[in-house]
Amino acid sequence: MAEKKHIFDDPKNVKRVLYLLYTCCGILFALDFVIHRHLVHPWERLVGFYAVYGFVGCVVLVLIAKWMRTFLMRDEDYYDREELVMKSGADGGDHVES
Amino acid sequence: MWSPEIPAFVPLLIGALLALITRGWLRGAVTLAVIVVSGLLLLQVPAGTSVQLSFLGYDLMPYRVDKLSLMFGYVFHIAALIGVIFALHVKDTLQQVAALVYAAAALGAVFAGDLLTLFVFWELLAVSSVFLIWARRTERSYVAGLRYLIIQVLSGVILLAGLLAHGSATGSLAFGYIGLDGVGSWLIFLAFGIKACFPLLHNWLTDAYPEATPTGTVFLSAFTTKVAVYALARSFPGTELLVFIGAAMTCFPIFFAVIENDLRRVLAYSLINQVGFMVCGIGIGTALSINGAVSHAFNDIIFKGLLFMSMGAVLHMTGRINGSDLGGLYKSMPKTALLCIVGAASISAFPLFSGFVSKSMVMAAALEEGYDWVWLMLLFASAGVFHHAGIKIPYFAFFAHDSGIRTSEPPTNMLTAMTIAAVLCVAIGVYPQWVYQLLPFDTGYNPYDATHVLTQTQLLFFSALAFVWLNLQKMYPPELHSVNLDAEWLYRRFAPRLIGAGFSRVWQLDRNFREWCLSRITGLINYLAQLHYPGGRGSVTRPTGHMVIWVAVLLAVYLWLLLSFPNAAMVGH
Repeated sequence: MAEKKHIFDDPKNVKRVLYLLYTCCGILFALDFVIHRHLVHPWERLVGFYAVYGFVGCVVLVLIAKWMRTFLMRDEDYYDREELVMKSGADGGDHVES
Repeated sequence: MWSPEIPAFVPLLIGALLALITRGWLRGAVTLAVIVVSGLLLLQVPAGTSVQLSFLGYDLMPYRVDKLSLMFGYVFHIAALIGVIFALHVKDTLQQVAALVYAAAALGAVFAGDLLTLFVFWELLAVSSVFLIWARRTERSYVAGLRYLIIQVLSGVILLAGLLAHGSATGSLAFGYIGLDGVGSWLIFLAFGIKACFPLLHNWLTDAYPEATPTGTVFLSAFTTKVAVYALARSFPGTELLVFIGAAMTCFPIFFAVIENDLRRVLAYSLINQVGFMVCGIGIGTALSINGAVSHAFNDIIFKGLLFMSMGAVLHMTGRINGSDLGGLYKSMPKTALLCIVGAASISAFPLFSGFVSKSMVMAAALEEGYDWVWLMLLFASAGVFHHAGIKIPYFAFFAHDSGIRTSEPPTNMLTAMTIAAVLCVAIGVYPQWVYQLLPFDTGYNPYDATHVLTQTQLLFFSALAFVWLNLQKMYPPELHSVNLDAEWLYRRFAPRLIGAGFSRVWQLDRNFREWCLSRITGLINYLAQLHYPGGRGSVTRPTGHMVIWVAVLLAVYLWLLLSFPNAAMVGH
C-alpha cells in the first residue's frame, strides 16, 4: 500500500519555500532604503543593521552552542546511573532464576 | 450571595474538592464550570477591593485587588481553563485535583496583600505542583519531583526568614515596594529569584518540567514563574540589578536550548529566556517597561502554554519527545503542527502575533533609559528565541527528516485547548488594545509603527536565513541522545560526590583511630604476655631461699624501726 505523497516529500516544494524565504529577505533588506525609519540608536542607522545582526547573531549562537557541546555533553544516562535505583539492584535477594 | 470580598482562590479550592468527589465527564464539567464562574466573578470585582485583619499585632491583608493583581488573576483563569480542557481526557484524580489547588495557590499569591499570606500560597504552589510531576509515575519523575520540591520549599523558607527580618526591621509585613536594603529584603529577593529562575538558580525548572506529565507541564509553565514575576514587579520595580539579571536570563538559556534534545526541555530553557525579558523590564522600572513585563507575562502564559501543549500532544500520541526520535509528524498531525507554528510565531514576536506587542516595550524602554548593551543582548536573545523555539521546535518535531512515525491527531479536547490558545495569540497580536487596557499604566504605546514592524521582521527573517544556511552547510548541530551539563551538576553530581568523599574521609580517620587504639592494646597484651612467656622477667622461677632473705630483710627493717621509735609501739595500745 503506497503511502500518500505529502507536500515536502517533493524536493521541489522545499526549494520553493527556500526561494520564497530568500525573496522575502531580499525585499526586507531593500525596504531599508525605502521606508523612513524613526531611529533612536546610532547603530540602528547602519543600513541593514537588524538583518545583519539577526543573521550573524544566530550563526554565532549556533557555533558557540556547538562548541559548548565539546565540554558539556554527556551520555543520556549520565545522571540516571547514580540517581535511579534499578529494580535489579533493589531486589530482595530471593529472586528465583527461571 | 457571592461577595466581591471573598478571595479569588476560594472558588477554585471548592472546585478541587468537587473534583475529588466526582468522576468521569461530571468531574470535567464541574471543574470547567467552576473556573468559568470564578473568572466571571473576578470580572465583577473592582480594583481597590481589599480585606484586612489583625494577627499577632500585625495588620494583614489576605486579599488585595488592584490593576496589577487583576491582570494576573485574569490570565491565570485563562491558563487554568485551557489547561483543564487540554487534560479532559485524563482519568487521574491526583493530577486533576492538584492542578486546581495549584491554580488556586497562584491566585491566592497574586491577590495577597501581605507577605505572610504570600508565604502560605508560595508554599502551597510548591506542594500542589509537585504532584503534577510525580503523576508521571516513573522513577525519573519521582527523583526530579523530589529535587523540585526541596528547592521550592527552600525558596519558601528563605521567604519566611526574609519576611520576619523585614517585618521586625520595618514593622510592616505589607506586600508592596520593598527595594534592596537590609538583610530581610535581600532574603525576600533571593526567594523570589529562585522561583523566577535567576541564573544558577534556574535548574529546578529545566530539571522538573520535562519530567512532568504531558498535561501537567502545561499547568506548571503557567503559574510558578509568573507568580515570581508578579512578586518582583510588586516589590522590586526599578531595582537596577534586575536589568542585568534579566539580560543574562534572556541570553544564556538559548545556547542550551540549541543543543538540547528533549523538546520540552528546549521549551523550559526558552521559558527562562522569556522570563528574562520580564525581569529586565521590571528592573528598568519605567511605566513602559513595567507594562512590557506584565503584558509579556500575560502573553507568555498563553503562547508558552500553547507550545507545551503541542509538544505534550506529540508526547501523548507518539510516546517520544526527543528531537532525534521525531520528525515528519506534519504528515499525520497537520493540525497540531499548524497550532504549534502559531505558538512559535507568537513567542518569536512576529508582527500580528501576541509576542510582538509586548516584548518590544521592554526593548524600547531599555533603549530609552540608555541600557545600550542590555538592548543588544535582548536583541540577540530575540533572534535566538526565534532560532530555538520558533524554528527548532516545529522543525524537528513536525518536519526535518521523516522519522517514520505514523500516528493521528490528538484527542479533540487537546486540539480544542490548543485552538483556544492559538486564537488568543492571534487576537492579542492583531488587537493589542484588549490587553493594553488591562495594564497598570497608560503609556499610549503603539507597536505597529512602520519602523518597528520592518526592523523586527528583518531580524526574524534573517535569523531564519541563518538557520537555513547553517543547515545547508551541514553546520547545524544534529539532535543527539545526550545530557548537557548545567548548574544542576553542582547539586546532582558534584555535591553528592563531595559529600561522599567527605564521609569516606571521616570513615578513614575513624578507622585509623580505632586501628591505632587496637594496636596499642594488642601491644600491651603482647608486652604482658612476653613478661610471662618462658624467659620473660615475669616468668622467672625463684628459689625458696630468696623468700627467706626477703623475710629476714623485712624483720630487720621492722626491728630497726622499733628500736628507732620505742614509743611508737605504746601508741598502738
